[in-house]
Amino acid sequence: MPAPAVMTAPNKRIGDKIAVALLGLSVVIIIAILVVIIANIAYHGAAAVTWEFITQAPRQGLTAGGIMPAIVGTAALVILMSIAAVPLGVATAIYLHEYTPAEGLSLAWKRFRVSKGRPGRRRLFFRAMSALLATVTRSAVANLAGVPSIVFGLFGLGFFIQFIGRSIDRATQPPGEVLWGQGSLLWAACTLALLTLPTVIVATEEALRTVPHDLREASLALGATQWETIRRVVLPGSLSGIMTGAILGISRGAGEVAPILFTGAAYYLPFLPGDVTDQFMHLGYHVLILSTQSPDVEATKPLLYGTVFVLLALTFLLNLAGVIIRSRTRSRSHR
Amino acid sequence: MSRGRRIRNGIMTGVFSVAGWVAIVFIFLIFLFTFKETIPIFTDPEVRHEANLQKFFGEKQEGPTISEQYVWQPTSERPKVSLWPIIIGTLKATAVGLLFACPVGVAAAVFSSEFAPAKLREVIKPVIELLAGIPSVVMGFFALIVLATWLQDAFGFTYRLNAINAGLALGFALVPIIYTISEDGLSAVPRSYREASFALGASKLQTAITVVLPAAAPAVFASFVLAFGRAIGETMILLMAGGNAALTSFSLFDPLRTLSATIAAEMGEVVVGSAHYSALFFMGTLLFVITFVSNTVGVWVIRGMQRRMQGAAS
Repeated sequence: MPAPAVMTAPNKRIGDKIAVALLGLSVVIIIAILVVIIANIAYHGAAAVTWEFITQAPRQGLTAGGIMPAIVGTAALVILMSIAAVPLGVATAIYLHEYTPAEGLSLAWKRFRVSKGRPGRRRLFFRAMSALLATVTRSAVANLAGVPSIVFGLFGLGFFIQFIGRSIDRATQPPGEVLWGQGSLLWAACTLALLTLPTVIVATEEALRTVPHDLREASLALGATQWETIRRVVLPGSLSGIMTGAILGISRGAGEVAPILFTGAAYYLPFLPGDVTDQFMHLGYHVLILSTQSPDVEATKPLLYGTVFVLLALTFLLNLAGVIIRSRTRSRSHR
Repeated sequence: MSRGRRIRNGIMTGVFSVAGWVAIVFIFLIFLFTFKETIPIFTDPEVRHEANLQKFFGEKQEGPTISEQYVWQPTSERPKVSLWPIIIGTLKATAVGLLFACPVGVAAAVFSSEFAPAKLREVIKPVIELLAGIPSVVMGFFALIVLATWLQDAFGFTYRLNAINAGLALGFALVPIIYTISEDGLSAVPRSYREASFALGASKLQTAITVVLPAAAPAVFASFVLAFGRAIGETMILLMAGGNAALTSFSLFDPLRTLSATIAAEMGEVVVGSAHYSALFFMGTLLFVITFVSNTVGVWVIRGMQRRMQGAAS
């Protein structure tokens, strides 16, 4: 019999310790990256953010003044985007979760297949088709979430501006006049709304799933219609989850720049957008312009850091709000 | 049931069904309109004269080096529209990003699911969420203004903006994707796997590396695929930190230009309907198809694994 290999207590081997330390190092690296980025921006940015910076327009070819038009433009864009994306996203999720068959496509189809010659076959067919639609929509939504944001920008240009906008112009404007067929607040908001739609849909469906099925059945058994069940039972039970999803989606949309590059963001505007057909300034786009096209990089650096600081603060505050709502509902449901 | 309640219920059913249809119609419109603006490359003779598949992938200029043979200069006197410099740039940035993010993301996921005390895990999660919440324009700004200078000072790069700098910043943005999906997969591995391994005398590390990680391999693979899809399409980081030079070069120390950055940089000044316009939409279609395939694969692998793990746990 060969001599047994030298055994040490498994967790005390020195090689193990080094390996675990290496794994732990990766966590340290990730935390370090975040801390360095935030600290750098907070350190240089906080110094630049003054009352004048927040409330004044840029001056002297973007080398002085503030970012007020960009803040207003971003706010207007985010509000318009939310108005379009949140109701549509929530309604789509409600349709997917409450109105399509819960048993899934394969089972619904099987039930239809075996129902030959029995009554109610038509109903089972529609049920299977509805399940098919739900499956297609869900996978399309999952894929939409992964489409690059620049492709949304191309779509916004090709569909909203070139197709819809130009069509409206042809119908309503005198020949040669362009009002709708160019980049504007409206089209940029529509483009961003499509981008945030998947986030809202997925989060809302997840929230609807947390409402126990029994509650719906109890409500229906009491004689409530499906809409009454949704409004009085399902929505109150899932509202905070829906709000979390909506806020996280909005925060993602607020920071995106690629989709608005050619759908309405402006380099510099002396006035605030007063109409949905106006172009607008945007914090993220302003960061891009200041950091890549500035004639004097050193002179604009404080302004640049200040703008980044405001943008980052905005997205983090939105994120934070989402996380707080989520954790509050979690602790409530555990009670 | 009163008439009013029944009518209201019917109306709301209609509203929700329409919403479901609107969402799905828009998804197909996105397909349609990105592709529609690409079609002239295949049909319009005037556009085809300047831009077609043969010119994108086959055209070669006279010159001693590859950077002179394969050129993207769509607005010059005689337009040159080889896509190779841009495709190589995209792949270089993606490769550097994944080379950084894959090991770091997976190692962090293994550490936090198998070794980290519960309190540390409570710290890691919000850190990852915050990192994922940084807008890509801010990450691009950081790479352009801060990281590029640091890296150049440390390693003495000839060009301040290069594939290493851009790829690294891209990697920062990819870490949350890889971490989140891998960690989900590792946590889904049933306890019984670990207990069996411990009972056989394996250490925690042996269990993590030889039992848990292989069991979660599909999730880890899916996280790489989804991160690849994100990397290929990421725009702002590469537009700002890549140096914006469409240069055919395999060197990681040269500046680069990606598909997404080319669209972002040139679409603003292009004449609608021109060959250049169609060529940019062709790049968009390319991005769409690549990300669509990688997403489908990623999601499909994750679903398969979830189903298997649910079976194993019960």
